[in-house]
Amino acid sequence: MALRFEVLGRFNRARAAQLTLPHFACQTPLFMPVGTQGTIKGLTTDQLEEIGCQIILGNTYHLALRPTSELIDELGGLHKFMNWPRALLTDSGGFQMVSLLHLADITEKGVTFQSPVDGKPMLLTPEESIQIQNRIGADIIMALDDVVRTTITGPRIEEAMYRTLRWVDRCIAAHKRPHEQNLFGIVQGGLDPVLRDICVRGLVDRNLPGYAIGGLAGGEDKDSFWRVVAQCTAALPEDKPRYVMGVGYPLDIVVCSALGADMYDCVYPTRTARFGTALVPEGVLKLKHNAMVNDTRPIDPTCACMVCKNYTRAYIHCLVTKDAMGSQLLSYHNLYYMLQLSRNLHSSIVEGRFPEFVCDFLQKMFPKGDVPEWVCNAMDVAGIDISSCCSS
Amino acid sequence: MKFAVKALSSGKARAGVVHLGSCPSSIETPCLLLSTRKGLPIFISPDLLSSLPSPDSNLLQFSPLHLEGASSTLVSSGREVSKRCVNIGQEARWGDTTPNFDSSEGPSPKTISSIGGLHQMVGLHEYGFAAVARDSIQCLPECGSTNKTGASFETPCGRRLIKPVEYMEMITSMKPNLWATLADEVPAWANNKRNKTSVDRTVKWLDECIARSPAGGAVFGSIVGGSNIEERKRCAQEVAVRNVSGYWIGGFGLGESMEERPSLLNAVTDNLPKDWPRMICGLGLPEEVLQGVAAGVDLFDSAYIYHLTIGGFALTFPLDRTEKIDYNYQLSDQGSDRTKINLRATVYRKDATPIVEDCCCYTCQNHTKAYINHLLNVHEMLAQILLEIHNTHHYLGFFRSIREAIKEGCFEQFQKKFVQSRREHLAADVVSV
Repeated sequence: MALRFEVLGRFNRARAAQLTLPHFACQTPLFMPVGTQGTIKGLTTDQLEEIGCQIILGNTYHLALRPTSELIDELGGLHKFMNWPRALLTDSGGFQMVSLLHLADITEKGVTFQSPVDGKPMLLTPEESIQIQNRIGADIIMALDDVVRTTITGPRIEEAMYRTLRWVDRCIAAHKRPHEQNLFGIVQGGLDPVLRDICVRGLVDRNLPGYAIGGLAGGEDKDSFWRVVAQCTAALPEDKPRYVMGVGYPLDIVVCSALGADMYDCVYPTRTARFGTALVPEGVLKLKHNAMVNDTRPIDPTCACMVCKNYTRAYIHCLVTKDAMGSQLLSYHNLYYMLQLSRNLHSSIVEGRFPEFVCDFLQKMFPKGDVPEWVCNAMDVAGIDISSCCSS
Repeated sequence: MKFAVKALSSGKARAGVVHLGSCPSSIETPCLLLSTRKGLPIFISPDLLSSLPSPDSNLLQFSPLHLEGASSTLVSSGREVSKRCVNIGQEARWGDTTPNFDSSEGPSPKTISSIGGLHQMVGLHEYGFAAVARDSIQCLPECGSTNKTGASFETPCGRRLIKPVEYMEMITSMKPNLWATLADEVPAWANNKRNKTSVDRTVKWLDECIARSPAGGAVFGSIVGGSNIEERKRCAQEVAVRNVSGYWIGGFGLGESMEERPSLLNAVTDNLPKDWPRMICGLGLPEEVLQGVAAGVDLFDSAYIYHLTIGGFALTFPLDRTEKIDYNYQLSDQGSDRTKINLRATVYRKDATPIVEDCCCYTCQNHTKAYINHLLNVHEMLAQILLEIHNTHHYLGFFRSIREAIKEGCFEQFQKKFVQSRREHLAADVVSV
């Protein structure tokens, strides 16, 4: 165990905490930008610190391909390699199984990929994944899980869940740096509550430093999504961090936080920036749209970031999708938005005004009161009264 | 804008000082104008710009054509790959637009005015902008399509014809600190007749531009003349009697040789008053800059940094002027020629040292060659950001050495030594192989 998790405030299931990792003391709930290849696309580490980024996610699969974990190790670990003084988390490479499935062959041994770089076969076993992650040196590392799409049904889900538990044991055995790196287990089981329950118990038995809820954010309907999160957060230990992988949209983060989750990651803010879409309290703003050509308002008048303080929609419009600077500025704003959301979640819980924050958030996003039913149901379970935001 | 010559070296090189209203400090010349696209550097975001040496880095080049679009009657298709010519003068139009019709490259002049001009629009209030239609990176003069109504340029959005009145509309809305009048630039191989026409046209447009000159903002009269000494002289003399605040020397970097350039430059500067600043476009390489300085040019914009950056190169040539001949230099670096290194080379995969050991730019203070090598291999944008920062920093250092040499009265020696040392290294490399 190389972390401390201290809850500082609560509202029902929601909690605000301090998560102290070897490289940085973080405040949760928090959002982790994804720096797949050892960089957040278009932003320097200085800028990331400036906007309040606490943890960055690096991807084992990609880094193992280029520049290789051995090289990173030789140069002193990923922190030193990219000159990032704060916390890092690496995922196991498991997600690539789902996203590159047509190239993958999964057996009890591990996963064989066909490398998209040079076509060579690459075998990722639990042991290998942990070894790579040991070399990379992140504060948090993820166990290799057998992840299946939630849109799949049948015995494959059960197989994957049990295999995930067996693989966790292999990961634990292979982990050479438990005093510097925290190994998180990942709860699988598809959308089946029975399977999810078995998996949670199994992982909790292993007494890991933290737990992730995996296998979601992959196209399942929102109603199923929140129910799985609710079930897992209810069953996972109170005194350890809970990480919902691949989430996501600001609305999803608010709901999951209300249900008791602490950590999130997603490519969405930076990816959507590169397509010209900005995150705003009302939802999204498509800066590519012709309506923006002569709009002299900032992207978000309530945002304090460098982009909103200095630039008009009209100017950003002429940059997006055409110039690297457009991607940079929008990524900067979008990440600022997500990190500010994290800060707001943390402070509103600590300061005892979480329900007010949630209502304010929903009112801005759904001014006509058309809050989606799944959100209403989830908030019900979370014990947060959002009737003032809903018209029906 | 205020300009004053402060020191002369042997020959015509001069060190000066330019003061622009928006910049808090004066800027020493000869100086480098940083390249921009739509007013911001190509890769360096505005909050990182301040990490560059100031006030050296406070002068930015800008082409109004980057934002050209809504003001013209041009109707372009949404397909940007097409390079077919649309000539505004002849009102040639495309057929109906595609569903993804992109109305313009930028906000209309009216919008830019309402925002408050270029400085406001790009959030760089304490920087100086020099507006010139030609931008050696993106807006290249296309003399074949230029006609008496306007100047034609190849831009990323196809060919554009700009008339003086349209150009002045953009200048008026953008309010750059200084701007060059619209010019008809021809390449070095243009025939005499075409060249002569370009001079007549450029002078005519100069008068038209001045007539529409907005209050505030310094006018730089454009001088062309191709590779004809007489035409260069004639144009300079014509412009010298106009009511302008400085001179923009066009038509260089368009095919003239290193050997013929000095006399062409001198044909211009010999016929210009000494007290007004001279700006030039198209002299990018260090040796070319030195030629410009030797002829008495003060302001330079250069595409060199951009091309280095996108090629994955980082400048490494020594900036200090002490005698230092490295006999132990090994030709082991692939793609290295003592001026720059190619960070894509595998030799840098594990190199945990900065690009230049005692460089104090953001990139060298924070990152290693190994990291940049990785970023280039995985096609990450951060590579270009870091390289543009270092290359700009380094090139600004080069300009600083030039100024120091002028102030010490030894510019000619400096130029000679610089050029010679580069040739010597090439010779040494040949011998050692």
